[in-house]
Amino acid sequence: MEQRVSFSDHICEMDSDYVNMEEEEEEEEEEEEKPGQDSSLLFVTESAASSRRCTETVQMNVFRESSDQTSHDNEQMSSLQRHHWSAATMKVISSMPSLAAGKQSTGVISRRARRSPGLHQHPADPRDSSQPPPQVPDRTIELDVEETSPEENDKELLLASLRSLSVNDRMRKLRAMPLSLAHKIELRQLAFSDVAKGSLISSGIPCCRPFRTSVSTTLRRCLFTCLPFLRLWHEPMKRLSGRFGTGVLSYFVFLRKLLLFNLLHFAINNLFLVIPQATRPPDINSDSSFSAVQLLTGTGYLSQSVMFYGYYNKTIDICPPADCGKYSIGAAYFLTIVSAFFIACIILVYSMSKSFVKGYSVLKSHGNLAVKVFCSWDFKVSKKTSVRLQSEKISTQLKEVLSDKISGEDGKSCGRRLVVHLLTWSTCLASIGLSAGGIHRLSEEFLSDSEKPLNKQGFLDDTKLLRLPAVVCSVNLLLPGLFNLCAWLEKHNSPSVGVYISIFRNLLLKVSIVGVLCYRWFVNIEGKQDLKCWENTIGQELYCLLLMDFIFTVLYTFMGEFLWRLFSKQILKRKRKPVFDIARNVLELIYGQTLTWHGVLFCPLLPAVQIIKLFVLFYMKKGSVMLNCQASRKPWRASHMTTIFLSLLFFPSFIGAAVSVTYTTWKVKPSAECGPFRNLTSMLQSGKLWINDGRGRLIYEFLVEHPLFLFITSGVFMLVVCFYSQVVDGQKMIITRLEKQIENEGKDKYFLMTKLQELCEQEGLVSPDR
Amino acid sequence: MGSSTSHLSKENVSEYQELTFLTKQEILLAYKRFMELYEDKKNPPDPRVSRVSLDKIVKLPELQSNPFRERICHVFSTSELKDGSLSFEDFLDLLSAFSDSATLEIKSHYAFRIFDFDDDGTLDRNDLEKLVNRLTGETDDTRLTKDEMGQLISNILEESDIDKDGTVNLSEFQHVISRSPDFVSSFKIVL
Repeated sequence: MEQRVSFSDHICEMDSDYVNMEEEEEEEEEEEEKPGQDSSLLFVTESAASSRRCTETVQMNVFRESSDQTSHDNEQMSSLQRHHWSAATMKVISSMPSLAAGKQSTGVISRRARRSPGLHQHPADPRDSSQPPPQVPDRTIELDVEETSPEENDKELLLASLRSLSVNDRMRKLRAMPLSLAHKIELRQLAFSDVAKGSLISSGIPCCRPFRTSVSTTLRRCLFTCLPFLRLWHEPMKRLSGRFGTGVLSYFVFLRKLLLFNLLHFAINNLFLVIPQATRPPDINSDSSFSAVQLLTGTGYLSQSVMFYGYYNKTIDICPPADCGKYSIGAAYFLTIVSAFFIACIILVYSMSKSFVKGYSVLKSHGNLAVKVFCSWDFKVSKKTSVRLQSEKISTQLKEVLSDKISGEDGKSCGRRLVVHLLTWSTCLASIGLSAGGIHRLSEEFLSDSEKPLNKQGFLDDTKLLRLPAVVCSVNLLLPGLFNLCAWLEKHNSPSVGVYISIFRNLLLKVSIVGVLCYRWFVNIEGKQDLKCWENTIGQELYCLLLMDFIFTVLYTFMGEFLWRLFSKQILKRKRKPVFDIARNVLELIYGQTLTWHGVLFCPLLPAVQIIKLFVLFYMKKGSVMLNCQASRKPWRASHMTTIFLSLLFFPSFIGAAVSVTYTTWKVKPSAECGPFRNLTSMLQSGKLWINDGRGRLIYEFLVEHPLFLFITSGVFMLVVCFYSQVVDGQKMIITRLEKQIENEGKDKYFLMTKLQELCEQEGLVSPDR
Repeated sequence: MGSSTSHLSKENVSEYQELTFLTKQEILLAYKRFMELYEDKKNPPDPRVSRVSLDKIVKLPELQSNPFRERICHVFSTSELKDGSLSFEDFLDLLSAFSDSATLEIKSHYAFRIFDFDDDGTLDRNDLEKLVNRLTGETDDTRLTKDEMGQLISNILEESDIDKDGTVNLSEFQHVISRSPDFVSSFKIVL
C-alpha cells in the first residue's frame, strides 16, 4: 500500500514537473526536476503493472462498494451501470496525474478538506459524450475504493516535503498552498515543531535565495509603509477601477508613474543645484516688474530667479565670509542633469522590460477564445452598471469572433473601403503637415519680428510671446478630434486596430510638433551670439509651453468632456455618456513629459512645475471621468497597452530629449554672459575640468576613453542576449513536444481503460447488466 | 477600532500575516468589515467557528454585483452545512486569494474552482455553458444563441483540452491562464 502510494506520487511529481516546465518557464522549483522524453512509455508500463496489481486487492473493495451502492440513490447506480467501469478502472483513472490537481496533490487535500467527511456519495455525473474518451468520474470514488484514509496519507506526504525544505522556503510554500487557513495553521504547527516559535520570519538561514526574497519582501513592506508616494491615491484609484475597469485605471497608473519620475528629477536637482544657488544669490540687478502674464511666459522677475539657467553662477563659496572652498555650480549642473537622465533611463528600461515580459507571452497562442472566456472577467468592477457594461462588452466580443468563425469572412465592398481609407489618411497627414508648416512659419516670423528675450519692456510684448505656445497647444487639442472623426468614418473591423491607428496618428502629430520646435531652437536660437542669454530664451519657451498645455487641458476637460456630455444628452438625446479616450490622454501625458525632459537643462525647476501640473491633472481628470464618462464597450488590453505606452515614453520621448540634451552639452557653445558655463567652449568641458581636478581622472580615463573595456562589456551583453534567446527557442520546442505527449497520454488512458474493463468483465467482477 | 482589535490577538494577526498574502492593515480592515456583518455584536466571533451567512456576504459592495458571488462564497466556505457561510478565516482566505500579491497558481486554482459549478474537479460542457451565461449577463440580447454557445464551447475545448478527454482539468486551465497577462490584475478584489 505504502509502495503504491509513493509510486503514484512519483508519477504525480513527474508529470506535475512537466506541467510546471510548461507553465512557469523561469521559476525554479524546489522539487527535483527529471525531464525525460521517454517517461510516457514508462508511465504506460508502470500503470499497466499497477492495474494488474490492484485487481486482486480490489475484489473486496468492489464488493463493499456494490453493497454500499445499493444504499445510495438509484441515479448513482445507474450512472455507474451506464459506463460499466469497474472499481479497478476507476482507481486507475483517478490516480492519473492529469487529475492530481496542483503539485503533490495539495488540491486533493484542499478538496477533501473543504468537504464534510461524512458526505461521500457525490453522484458521478453521467455525461453522454459521443466522443470515445470516457469522462472521468468523481474523485470521491477513490475515497470509497481505497481502504486507507487518504487524507492522512496526503498530509504525511505534504509534511515530509515541507520538512525537507529550509524554513523560509517552507513559509513561502505554505503560503502558496491553496488550503484553508485552518489546515494551514495545523500544518504549520506540525511542520514547524522543530523550529522555535515566534522567530519564523527573522530566522534567516544564510542562503542566497531565501535571504534575497526575505529582504525584498521586508523592503517592499517597508517601502509601502514608509514612502507614501508609492501608495499615493490608492483609494481614488480603487474607486475608479471599480467603476471603469482596468483600461481607464492604466491611464491613472501611468500618471502616477510620471509623477514619481518627476519627483526623482526634482529631488536630485533641488539637492545639488537649486538649494546651493538659492542660498548664495548672485548680484544681478533684478527686473522689478512683475505681472500675471509674466508668470506664464517666464520673463521679467522669474527670469532673474532660480527658475532659469541665467541665474546660476560658475562657482559659489561654500562659506561666504571665510574661504573654505568653492562649490562648482557648473560641474554640479552638468553632472546632476547627466545623472538624472541616466537614472531615468535605467528605471524606464527596467519598467519597460518588466511590462513587456508580463504583456507578451512567449507561447504562440492557438486561438483566443478560451483565454477570453476564462480571463476576461474583471473582478475589481463593483458598480452595477459597470458590471452590466462588462457583460455586454464580453458578449459583443464573443459574438464578433464567433460570427467570423460561423459565417466566414464578410464581403464588404473593397473599393469603397479603400477610398474611405485613402481619404482619411490623406486628411490626417495633410493636417499634420499643414500645422507643422504653420508653426514653423510663425516661429520664423516671430524671430525676424523682434529681438526677443530678456529685457523686454511692455505688457504687449509679453503677450506676443504667448502667441506661439497658444498656437501649438490649440493644434495639439483640435487635431486629435479630427483624427477621431476620421476613425469613426473608417469603421475598423477590429477595435484594437482602430486604437493602434489613432495612437499612430496622434504620435505623428506630437513628434512633428516637437520636431519643428526643436528645429527652431537648435537652428535659430542656439549659439546665436546676438541673443543675450539664449539658454534662458529656450527655457522660457519650454516653461511657457508646459503651462499653456496645462491651461488648455483644463479648458478641454471642462469644455470637451463636461459640455459635450450636456450637449449629447440634451440635444442629441443620447443615453450613453461619452467614453474616456485613453490613448489620446496618455499621449498628452507623454508630450508633457517630453517637454519637461527637453527643458530641464535650461530650467532646473521645470520638474516642479510638471509635478504640480500632474497633481492637479489627476484630480481634475478623475472628477471629469466620474461625472462625464462611462466605461468603454470596446476591449482594452491593459498590460499590452501599458507596454506600448512605456515604450513610447522611452523611445521617441526620452531618447529624443536625451539626444538633444547631449547635443547641446557637447557641441553648442554656451552663452558668454550668463549661466554657470560662461567662458567655456561647451558644457561638457565643465564636467571634464572638474574630473581633471579630482581624483576620478584615472577611473574616468580607464572607463570611458579606453576602448577595450567598452568592447568587452558590450561583448558580454551580446553573449547574454544570445544565450537567453536560445533558451527561449529551446523551450518553445519542448512545449510543442510536451503538448503532443499529453495528447498521446490521453489516447493511452483510453486504451488502458478499455483494456482494464475487458479484463474485469472477463474475470466476472463486473457483469454488464446488474 | 479599539474594541474590535482587542478580540484579534497579536499572535493571531502575525500568524495570518505569515500564512496569507495580506498585510497587517488589510487583515485589520478585513476584521472591521467582518464585524460589521456579524450579527452578534456583543460576543466576539471565534475566527474559525462563528460564521456569517451567504446572504450577508453577498451584500458586500465589492461582491454584490459580481455574477460569481455565490460561487466564491461556496468555494471558500469550510462550513459543514455547505451553505456558503464564511467564518473570519474563510473570509481571510478569500481576500488573500484575491489580493495583490497572491501568486498566479493560487489565483488560477481558485478561479478553476469558482468556475467548476458542479464541483467535480473538471470543467465539462455544462460548466462551460454556465460560465459563459454568467459572463454575458442576464438580458436576452447579450445571451448567446444555442448555435453560438455550441460553437464557442467546441472552440474552447479544442483550444484548451490537450488530452482530449472532453473536459478542461486544472492543469489545462492553468495553461490557458498563463497565456493571459491580464488575469492576475483582473482577478482581484480589494476592500
